[in-house]
Amino acid sequence: MPDLLIELFSEEIPARMQSRARADLKRLITDGLVEAGLTYGSAGVFSTPRRLTLTVEGLSANSPTLREERKGPRVDAPEKAIEGFLRSTGLTRDQLETRDDKKGQVYFATVEKPGRPAAEIVAEVLDAAIRNFPWPKSMRWGAGSIRWVRPLHSILCILSDESGASVVPLTIDGITANGSTRGHRFMSPDAFSVSNFEDYATRLRRAHVMLGMAEREAAIRQEAESLAFARGWEIVSDEGLLSEVAGLVEWPVPLMGVIEERFLDLPPEVLQTSMKEHQKFFSARNPKTGRIEGFVTVANIATEDDGATILAGNQRVLAARLSDAAFFWENDLRMAKAGMEVWAEGLKSVTFQSKLGSQADRVQRIAALAREIAPLVGADSDQAEEAAKLAKLDLRSEMVGEFPELQGIMGRYYARAAGHADAVADAVRDHYSPLGPSDAVPAAPVSVAVALADKIDMLTGFWAIDEKPTGSKDPFALRRAALGVIRLILTNNENFSLLDPIRDCLGYHDYSFELRRHLEHPNDGVLEKILAQGAASWRREATDPDVIDLLTFLHDRLKVHLRDQGIRHDIIDAVLAQPGNDDLVPVVNRATALNGMLATEDGQNLTQGLKRAGNILSQAEQQDGVEYSFGADVKFAETDAERALFSALDQAEPAISDAVKREDFPAAMTAIAALRMPIDAFFEAVQVNTDAQIVRRNRLNLLSRIREAGRQIADFTRIEG
Amino acid sequence: MTSPNRPRSFQEVILRLQNYWAAQGCAILQPYDMEVGAGTFHPATTLRALGARPWAAAYVQPSRRPADGRYGENPNRLQHYYQYQVIIKPSPPNLQDLYLGSLRAIGLDPMLHDVRFVEDDWESPTLGAWGLGWEVWCDGMEVSQFTYFQQVGGYDCRPVSGELTYGLERLAMYVLGVEHVMDMPFNDPASAIALTYGDIFRQTEQEYSRWNFDQADTGTLFQHFKDAEAECARILNAAAEDKAGRRIPMAHPAYDQCIKASHIFNLLDARGVISVTERQAYIGRVRALAKGCADLFLTTDAAGEAA
Repeated sequence: MPDLLIELFSEEIPARMQSRARADLKRLITDGLVEAGLTYGSAGVFSTPRRLTLTVEGLSANSPTLREERKGPRVDAPEKAIEGFLRSTGLTRDQLETRDDKKGQVYFATVEKPGRPAAEIVAEVLDAAIRNFPWPKSMRWGAGSIRWVRPLHSILCILSDESGASVVPLTIDGITANGSTRGHRFMSPDAFSVSNFEDYATRLRRAHVMLGMAEREAAIRQEAESLAFARGWEIVSDEGLLSEVAGLVEWPVPLMGVIEERFLDLPPEVLQTSMKEHQKFFSARNPKTGRIEGFVTVANIATEDDGATILAGNQRVLAARLSDAAFFWENDLRMAKAGMEVWAEGLKSVTFQSKLGSQADRVQRIAALAREIAPLVGADSDQAEEAAKLAKLDLRSEMVGEFPELQGIMGRYYARAAGHADAVADAVRDHYSPLGPSDAVPAAPVSVAVALADKIDMLTGFWAIDEKPTGSKDPFALRRAALGVIRLILTNNENFSLLDPIRDCLGYHDYSFELRRHLEHPNDGVLEKILAQGAASWRREATDPDVIDLLTFLHDRLKVHLRDQGIRHDIIDAVLAQPGNDDLVPVVNRATALNGMLATEDGQNLTQGLKRAGNILSQAEQQDGVEYSFGADVKFAETDAERALFSALDQAEPAISDAVKREDFPAAMTAIAALRMPIDAFFEAVQVNTDAQIVRRNRLNLLSRIREAGRQIADFTRIEG
Repeated sequence: MTSPNRPRSFQEVILRLQNYWAAQGCAILQPYDMEVGAGTFHPATTLRALGARPWAAAYVQPSRRPADGRYGENPNRLQHYYQYQVIIKPSPPNLQDLYLGSLRAIGLDPMLHDVRFVEDDWESPTLGAWGLGWEVWCDGMEVSQFTYFQQVGGYDCRPVSGELTYGLERLAMYVLGVEHVMDMPFNDPASAIALTYGDIFRQTEQEYSRWNFDQADTGTLFQHFKDAEAECARILNAAAEDKAGRRIPMAHPAYDQCIKASHIFNLLDARGVISVTERQAYIGRVRALAKGCADLFLTTDAAGEAA
């Protein structure tokens, strides 16, 4: 059983592409080998900036020989037919076998497809893998024709066993596979040959290459932490940065530097972002001051001067970067203290979306909406409006111009500098949140009001101009906005009807379109009329298709969200079919309670009973052309089971409606669950469709009481199973 | 950076690069005699990257980015600066090593510094060109752009050219250990008349910053843009044969007009008179010119197979 070692040695592979490339290499090669009939024990894959490496252990030396039996023509068939059969099998007549068949004597051939040596298969599979490698972006170089992520320089491809290693013969676009590689670009540039994977990894290590990504990450983390520890600092953990940096080096050498005193007053987010984005530095925090005071840069080389030159250079670059940042910060603070009016003016010239107007238009809408939402979420209306008006101003600041990812964060600093209350400043920072399914959800009422207004304006705006997400296309991240609305409401347990703001906002957008349209024709007198009517008169109806469609979109997002939390989609559907479904908190509470009940045996049986009642009832209603909904009377009851059901319903009905009114859904579930036994007993003892018409009608009307009891909880016809 | 091999002035950095690339067999060209935004615009790069004929050239190119003017006050930003440009077609297999050799030539020893190739793809929307490569970092500072041209003027580059661009001021400041560009020795500081970068360029930076930002007559510039565009189109549409019936397509004169339009667009942009939406339209107009020039160049001898 030989082992296979492949290394594709190239110019620097982008760090962000390495992880997928490792998986792709492993998949393409091992799939290809297996498809060709080889088997293997295990496979491992590695990457550095300059190499992609695959090791396959316990590969079969040959693919198996395959035998196939083929039936030919009859022995007395025309000569031509027999010759054709011989040609197609590649055999001679004396190699054929004659057997008796129903139709007489027939020729049979046994065709043998010989196994092929592993080397031959490996060469084919690797050739195909290189030519079809799914790099996100690939290129040509020189006068060659193959594509790779960056120029491919050499291919190491050997099969090795106890007796030694042999190179797999393979040439692709002028590159011939061999049994050697190179070490670190500067520290060990010479070529050396290897005999198997273990030898390869050991020699690479000696040649200043750490092959494993995890090994490099661990080395960086450990050394960075111990450098920080020596100063009493701690590294600000950043896994994304760690894996990026580990993808940029073959021989990581972390070096620690100190941030100059003059920059320490910059906000920590600014220091961190500037160091990370521009320099790929880790930040080091001093726990005593809480400030970021140092950095760790990761060099790709150990030098004679222990990195002194490298560190000095990095320090110098950082100083230039932070000088720029300090310059932006000071200018921005000056603007903030002057009231940020220039920024507000500037937002008028920033287009949000051509049909939805400028950022200033949007801010105006969000402010009005935040004001409307504020009392519903326990926020102060004035503060909510104030925060909304400040929320987008930092987009005009120099710092956010340089680092767009600091939007909101800088806005909070500037709002505070301008003397606004903390609740307002915090809302400026937090109104973008939550950005994803795991992002933190703001809890402060003013923040919640502005965050909801921001997202609802966004959703209604794009619905009003018919730019809804379709399939995988969601260029304005509207699904994220919808999930944001849902999480804001649920996490903060806000009893909040979505219908009102949706109707108002869609109407407001209509109003704005009309205004803008008629602003172009100022003399026709329509403008005054629109203004006089006011935005409120444009409120859309609850039955408006856009209103319903947007609510459905939010419900769909809610389903995805709840499914992730283990609530079945049919349960959500059953609950959403109830009136009042634009208020998400009771919807979710009801679904959660129902989900809990249906997980029990009682719940399942009850559902069966409810469904059975419903089915019998609807069949009878269809047949008789009437609706049975009223007038069941216990005096027509013939059995104890019937009478017991009457009395159980008499107790359960008020208990259910009372609990639903209080939105105490667990209590409602308990109340309806009490019907399980009487319903079961009823169906056990009683034939509903009896000949006695009065008794039958009475029983059907009794069933309708069951149906009504169920309907108070959910639409059980939608429950599966 | 205490290497005894260290250059002592800005011009010495340039001279060493010139000598190094000359020794590697590049034709040392002179700067193109028009205003351009980057060394790539030189026809020795843009046009010569097209077609099959082998090519190797290196040159300094004065470059103008009107919007980057800071009146000579910013330590790193200039509206007029120098790029060093190397272009070799087909890209040789040892281009990275050749490049590292050029760093050694100007006193940056890769055994003492941290030299890295960090992904950075290059794209020029105005030239309809793109390539893959890296920005080269030295101790955390970007010192060069390294690109394998994949397309120019919308055409696939076959063979592929390797292009190196050095930002000369920034690189030299690092090699010389200077903090502010204006303090950088331009000639040997021991010269009888020692001149700094500031002695030569501080005043011009001020003058051009003022002109670029406040004074350039936008009406005239808009007209110049239209004129250049029209003249370019006229040249491109002219018959390939001259009066005497000789076949002389005028790819380079047409391309000059494209360069001119591109620079005028940059000036208008610096004056802040081009809105975000118009911006795309202007870039598209320049790209259309570049595309036309590439089309025409490909019909000429310079693009053809080597004899």
